This record gives sequence, structure tokens and C-alpha cells, in this order.
Amino acid sequence: MTTEVDRTSRDKKDVRRLDRVIIRFAGDSGDGMQLTGDRFTSETASLGNDLSTLPNFPAEIRAPAGTLPGVSSFQVHFADHDILTPGDAPNVLVAMNPAALKANVPDLPPGAEIIVNTDEFNSRALAKVGYAGNPLEDGSLDAYHVHPVPLTTLTVEALKPFDLTRKEAGRSKNMFALGLLSWMYHRPTENTEAFLRAKFARRPEIAEANITAFRAGWNFGETTEDFAVSYEVAPAASAFPAGTYRNISGNLSLAYGLIAASVRADLPLFLGSYPITPASDVLHELSRHKNFGVRTFQAEDEIAGIGAALGASFGGSLGVTTTSGPGVALKSEAIGLAVSLELPLLIIDIQRGGPSTGLPTKTEQADLLQAMFGRNGEAPVPIVAPATPAECFDAALDAARIALTYRTPVFLLSDGYLANGSEPWRVPEVDELPDLRVQFATGPNVTLPDGGQAFHPYLRDPATLARPWAIPGTPGLEHRIGGIEKQDGTGNISYDPANHDHMVRTRQAKVDGVTVPDVVVDDPSGPPGEGARVLVLGWGSTYGPITAAVRRIRREGGRIAQTHLRNLNPFPANLGEVLRAYDKVLLPEMNLGQLALLLRAKYLVDVQSLTQVTGLPFKAEQLASAFKEALDDDH
Amino acid sequence: MTTEAPAVPGTRTALALVPTADTPQTAKDFKSDQEVRWCPGCGDYAVLAAVQGFLPELGLAKENIVFISGIGCSSRFPYYLNTYGMHSIHGRAPTIATGLAASRRDLSVWVVTGDGDALSIGGNHLIHALRRNVNLKILLFNNRIYGLTKGQYSPTSETGKITKSTPMGSLDTPFNPVSVALGAEASFVARAVDSDRKQLTSVLRAAAEHHGSALVEIYQNCNIFNDGAFEVLKDKKQAEEAVIRLEHGKPIRFGAPLPVEEGGDGLGSKGVVRDPATGDLRVVDVAKEGTEGVLVHDAHAASPTTAFALSRLADPHTLHHTPVGVFRDVSRPTYEDQMAEQLERAVEQRGKGDLAALLAGNDTWTVAG
Repeated sequence: MTTEVDRTSRDKKDVRRLDRVIIRFAGDSGDGMQLTGDRFTSETASLGNDLSTLPNFPAEIRAPAGTLPGVSSFQVHFADHDILTPGDAPNVLVAMNPAALKANVPDLPPGAEIIVNTDEFNSRALAKVGYAGNPLEDGSLDAYHVHPVPLTTLTVEALKPFDLTRKEAGRSKNMFALGLLSWMYHRPTENTEAFLRAKFARRPEIAEANITAFRAGWNFGETTEDFAVSYEVAPAASAFPAGTYRNISGNLSLAYGLIAASVRADLPLFLGSYPITPASDVLHELSRHKNFGVRTFQAEDEIAGIGAALGASFGGSLGVTTTSGPGVALKSEAIGLAVSLELPLLIIDIQRGGPSTGLPTKTEQADLLQAMFGRNGEAPVPIVAPATPAECFDAALDAARIALTYRTPVFLLSDGYLANGSEPWRVPEVDELPDLRVQFATGPNVTLPDGGQAFHPYLRDPATLARPWAIPGTPGLEHRIGGIEKQDGTGNISYDPANHDHMVRTRQAKVDGVTVPDVVVDDPSGPPGEGARVLVLGWGSTYGPITAAVRRIRREGGRIAQTHLRNLNPFPANLGEVLRAYDKVLLPEMNLGQLALLLRAKYLVDVQSLTQVTGLPFKAEQLASAFKEALDDDH
Repeated sequence: MTTEAPAVPGTRTALALVPTADTPQTAKDFKSDQEVRWCPGCGDYAVLAAVQGFLPELGLAKENIVFISGIGCSSRFPYYLNTYGMHSIHGRAPTIATGLAASRRDLSVWVVTGDGDALSIGGNHLIHALRRNVNLKILLFNNRIYGLTKGQYSPTSETGKITKSTPMGSLDTPFNPVSVALGAEASFVARAVDSDRKQLTSVLRAAAEHHGSALVEIYQNCNIFNDGAFEVLKDKKQAEEAVIRLEHGKPIRFGAPLPVEEGGDGLGSKGVVRDPATGDLRVVDVAKEGTEGVLVHDAHAASPTTAFALSRLADPHTLHHTPVGVFRDVSRPTYEDQMAEQLERAVEQRGKGDLAALLAGNDTWTVAG
């Protein structure tokens, strides 16, 4: 049954070269579409294509089978050149049932290929999603190239030698589909087989059944007339600088960035966290790396998560808490305490759709103002925001740099799109990473009028305004800190009006003084003021679609400048000057214009918002039209 | 950072990893330079004096002692002790202390809290710290009133309490902190009274020596908003009938002693027995019913059932039959020892973390320059 076929012999069939392909796998949330997409992505990464992925799944773990709300999908875009987004419209849709077909067909361009599991197209399943007839027979899909494949039947047939029920065997249909797609796109198969053996190491018969289904899918493509053509997408070698690469998702690269920060700071990492979508994977990942001295504490609630992290920071750990928007709301008071205590702390917010519970599995950028202002009193907190999944690694290191250097809580704003999306990442050398080592206070820092020595916990470094970090266990530096206003220097409780005014301004000045790199404008037509007249500015995960749209405009001869903010508090020092150098500044955001509000307030520049809050990322095409309109108006 | 001795869960004593002081200490060593600002006559003064007087006994390096508090009158406590300290936010002290204790086993970590802080806004954190058995010593100052906000009823106030916020009487049934702690799987639970320095000190000592989380409820008089709340336990004459002093291994007897000269055994005239029909505890007159059925206090009993039944003896209104002393003191592995053990096991199994190997992973490809 598991006879090897010669996977290099394709002489009977036509092989075509493509520069890029977008595939979307769609099925019930129990059909294993995320796993299928992940495996296809890994095969694609190991081939050296550039890629970008977009998982899209319902918040319900197992929504009712066969319904539209239960559809889970995974889109992967891969190319022989540098790409930036998971793509607007799939070239290929794999639909495991009528619901998956119905939910996804509107996104397909004419001529797209559709592979459907015909076994699921019975009258009951069709009726469940409101199909009056069978779309496979009524001509409604004539604009597409449809491959009807009885995926379940073929999988069950292939797994006959195994002692499995029809239902059990049918579960491997996703691996059959993966095998078929792997054949169509010449993907290497060894890693998937190794992966299945490792995943089901305790149940070898299940591993073998899945591998058999996978190979049967591959063979089906090879031997069936319906699949006359297969496609090659060459590696994207020229798109990447030399180096070692791997595929990485935003949450994984973020977790690695936190571990790297701990290693480079020579401080133990302590994560206090409460499970919440889409941040839980960071907790899961960090809990697997205890051999790095990483302590993960699954707390009783969001408040306890940040409280424990802050307690660990007081004791000399790199304290981190991970959450999403609703969790940030609960942590607000503790963030204010961290501002007052002036201790390092990382608050990682993987944003999702809001308000309230909102859209837990969908993406949004609507926590910016919450991060900026969501506390009582004047409580400034630096904010960093990665632009791509791979950049989450660098953002974690930068957030740690700011927290450790300035003794302050720092927000890192990722989002659901970055968290679950993936792309190739050049694996850095450890020596290239920033040195984050800190000096704990070791002795007295002040001489009293009587000649005695004392330790003042709020005596600041004049350059950074950071206070000393004196950890318990250090003799002679016993001191008390708290959330009540303190006298600058001594740290003693103080209700003195002038001191409070001074402390509020000092905490603000400390955050305003955080060193961040200048923004760099990308404009082939010239430097700010001399090239394009329209600037597109973005922050966070809109980087991919904005950049793809900017490229389209330029390909068509349009002149447009682009820049992207990684530091949102404080802003880069040259930002005002850059904004004022253009006639028009466009700002796409997945909110109702939160960064635009901040920029207008701070720089008095008439920034134009382009907003979308669908829970999905912008499409490049849609942004390109909006940019084009703005350019045309400008003439 | 301090290197830690290898952990064997459940086998070390409470303070084994905490460095000791080089020279003998006195109460003065633990006084900070800050002026104490509680209301004159507040019970907090007595507790502060007891703690400052008792800490030198432990002989620990004072830089390795940390007091963490929440919000409320009692939560000003850390400012008055010359150790490391943090005055945090309302109800959250156990969370901060948990993070600190879990990451620093070389510290002796104490939480100072009140009935509102620990049982209202911070109730969730208290029960979870106790069930995890984090090595924290939690001093819960119970004055049965909100003092800092000027006199509203608290979660331990008796039902019907007339206060500013309850002019017609409070409606809530009060929490019994000892019952709550026992229900939350606490491994050490005790009660003391602020004015009884000797008994308070002995309970603090037992708590300090306990390896794991310890909850000590301290009845503390608020002479401004709830004066005399515990008078029945303090007035010598009334206390004889009201207070039940628990001592491990001793029969649970209280009340006026039965005179030896009259054929008595010199112990209290009342005893606590188990009702065979219901399993509940009740108080009996020993002279009438004999000493046979009187319970012998076993603080180390594996089951918390009897300790819980003891905690229910007191009448929440009159405080009659209030046990004080150590209700429960049992040994089970602490959260941070087990956490440290997992970290060590991970290193044994997979070697110390190698960042370069982690970042590269198993599925890489190379782009040549």
C-alpha cells in the first residue's frame, strides 16, 4: 500500500512555471485546515520560496459542523520573489464541504482553480448553507476551473489495510488533500512524513495511516487525468540577503525575542499570564523553554499575571505579561503601579477585534490609545509595534532595551494577524543581538549632610532619568517603594504639591527622552521635500499590504513615499519634519484613526485616515486604489 | 543573583535558603526612619511592635526579608520596617509576592493585608496563593471595618452592621477568614489577637517556620470606627469563656479551670467534643459530661475537616467560643520549589538553553551570498 512512487517522473504531464501562487485551504473547524496549511507552508519554506500566510478561524473550538460560521481557512502566498502579504485573492481554493465553498467563492478571481470534496456535497449539507441546487452541477461555478474529487472516499479506500472505522479513516482526508497539493506544486514531502511520525509517535498506526493518505493524495495527482498540469515556483533566492532562514510566525518570533532578551540581559525571564486568544501561544511556547531558566506562571486572572511579573521584576527578573485588549483593561491599575515604581516590565498586547470580547480570533489595531492613555493619572508608557511576524523578534528586544535602560513598563503592540501569520526569517547570530546587560545598585548613592552614607531609591541617572534598580538581597539598600507619590530622590511618601508636579513631569520627561531611531522614508523619486508629494505612513501589521500597494503604484509610474513607525511612544525625533515635508499624508489603520489622532494633535498635520475594522487585514488592491485616488486628487 | 541550593520538594525547612545575619539583631534594626502615622491607639501599633520584636529571633539577613502590602490602614506597614518593602495596589499584594517568591527562593516574603484588601477586592488572589502553597506569610489584619475610607462595613463585619454605607444595617453574611483559608487548601492557618503579644509572637514564629503559604488572621482593634470589636476576647473575665486556645497535642479545654483541690484536673471547665450524630463540634461542660470525648488538637492532621469545624465554633456576632492559635500546619510541596525543580529537570534532560540552536530550529534553508 505504501509503495514508493518515483516522484521525479512527470514526463507524462505538463509542468508550468509560475512566479507566485495563492492557495486557500478551507473546511470545517474540525477538518484540520490549519494543520494542513501549516504543513504546506513548511514544505514551501524549506523549498526557499518567499511566503506569507493568513490563518482565519472562528472563535468557537468546534462550531456546528457544515455551517458557514464554522468554516476555518488557511491562506498561503508563495513566490519566487519578495512578497509582502498573504495575497488578496486565491488562485486555488481547496473546499472540504459546501460551507467552505460558499464562504470563500466570493474571494476568487475568474479562472481560479477549485478543488472540492464531492463526498460532502449531499442535499442535506447543501441545504444547511442555503444552496438551492448543487453548485457543482448548476453551472454557477463556470467561471472557475473545478476539480471534483471524492476526497473522503479516496482516503477511506487508501486506508483499507488499516484497522480503522470509516469515520476514523475519513479524518485523514486533509492529508490526502495536502498530498495532492504537494504534487501540484512540486513541494518536498520528506519533512511532512517526518512530522507525522513525530506528531503521532505514541500511535505509530495513526502516523502510518496519515502518511498513507498523504502519499495517496500525491499519487492521485500523478495518475489522474483531471490533474493534467503541475506547477513549479522557483526558490526566491535573489529576494533574500545571504543567510540561514526559517519560517516563523509572529507569536513564535515574539517568544524567541523574549528569551533572547533574557539571555542578552543575563536576567531570568518571568512570564505572568492568563490564557487569552490570540496571545496564549506565547505562554505555551515560553513554558517549553524552562532550560533557559524561563519561569512561566499561569495566573488566576489577568491582574495576577501582571502582578506576579512586577513582583519578579522587583526581585531582578525580566518580568513580562502577555495578553490581548480585554486583559490590558484589567491590568491597567498594575501598569500604573509599574509607572510609579519605575521598574522594568514588558506588557505584550496581541490586539484583537474589540470592544469588550469583540472578535477574539480576528485582527485589529484599536488598542493604541488604550496603551497610550488607558490609566488613571499621567502615566506615560513607551510603545513599540512590530510590522511583520519576523519583526516581533526585534520588537521584543527593543521593548526590553527600553524597559531595562529606563526602568519603565513598556507596551509591545502586536496583533492577531502578525501573531498567527508567518514569513521567512533570517536567523540572526547571537552576537549580532544587542547587549542588554544592566547594573543593579550595589551600594549607597548619596552622602548625607552629617557625612553618613545612604541609599536613595529615586536618585536618577541624569542622562536617562532612570532610578537605580536595587534588588532585595542587597545589603544596606533596604528601601520601600509604592504607588503613593514619592519624594524624588529619597522615595519617601510625599504629598507636597511642588514635588508631585515635579514627579509627574519627570516621569513624562523620562519617557519622552527614550532614544528611538529616526523614521526612514522610502521614496525612489527623492528625499523628503524633493520627491513624491504624497507620503503613506503606517504602523504595525499594515506594513505588508501598504508596501504591496505602494509597489503597485510605483510600477504604474506613480510617485509615492512610504514610511512605517516602529516606535509609537515616544515618536521618532524627525517625524514632525518628515510629515511636514509632504503635501498629503495618508495613514491606513485597522481602527477609526487612532494614530492619526495622535499625529494631528502632536504635529498639527492634516493626516488623512484610511480605516478598516473588519477583523481582517487590508488588501493591497484596496489600498492601491485609495492611494491612487489621493495621488490623482493631488494633481 | 544568588545561587540556590538544589530543591527536593517538601524536604527543606522554611528558611533554609535565606541567608542568615552575621551579627545578632534587635528590634531597633527593623525600625525604619519613617514616622508611624496610624491613629493613636490603633491596634496596628501592637502588631508592628510584635513583628519588630520577633524578626530578630529569626536571625535572617534583613536585606533578604521583604514585606509587600496592598491598600488600607494596615498596608502602610512596610514603610515602618527597615527591610525591603512594597506598598502596592488594592488587593493585589499576594500576586506581587507570588512573583517575587517564585523567582527568589532566597527571600523571606511577607504579605500585610486587611479584611477588605484580602477578602473583598483581593479575595481571588488570596485563595489562589493559598492553594498554590507559595512560600508567603500572609498577615491579615482583621478589624471588621473599612478604616482608611472612613468606616464602611467590611466583608468580615457582622450582618446588620450599621455604618455610613449601611444606615439600616448591612445585609451580607460575613466571611470567616480562617474558614476561607482552610477551604482554599491552605497548609498553615492561625489566628491571633493584637493585644496578646505573647500569643501573637508564638503564632508568627510558627508561621515563619512553616514551609509554604501561611495565613495568620490577627484580630486588630480600630479604635476610631469599630472600637471594642474584640473586647470580649480581651477582657480578662469575659475572655475566659470566649477564647479557646488551641495547642497542638493538648485537649481543647477552656473556661474557668476546674480546681484541683475540688477533684478537678486544673484545666478549663469546658471542652470541645464531636457530636457523634452530626460530626459537628460542640462545647460541653466537662464537669457534667466528663473529659473522655474532649478532642485533642491535631494541627498536623492531614484532613482539614476538624480544623474547619473548629473555625465554625465562634458565633460571628458575639465572638463567643473563638479559637486562637494554629488551626492547621501541614507539610506539602511549595509552588516555587516545584517550579525550581522543573527548571532543573529541564536542564538535566535537555541541557542548558542554547540560544543559537533555539533560534535556528530544525527547518532552515540557506541563501548563499
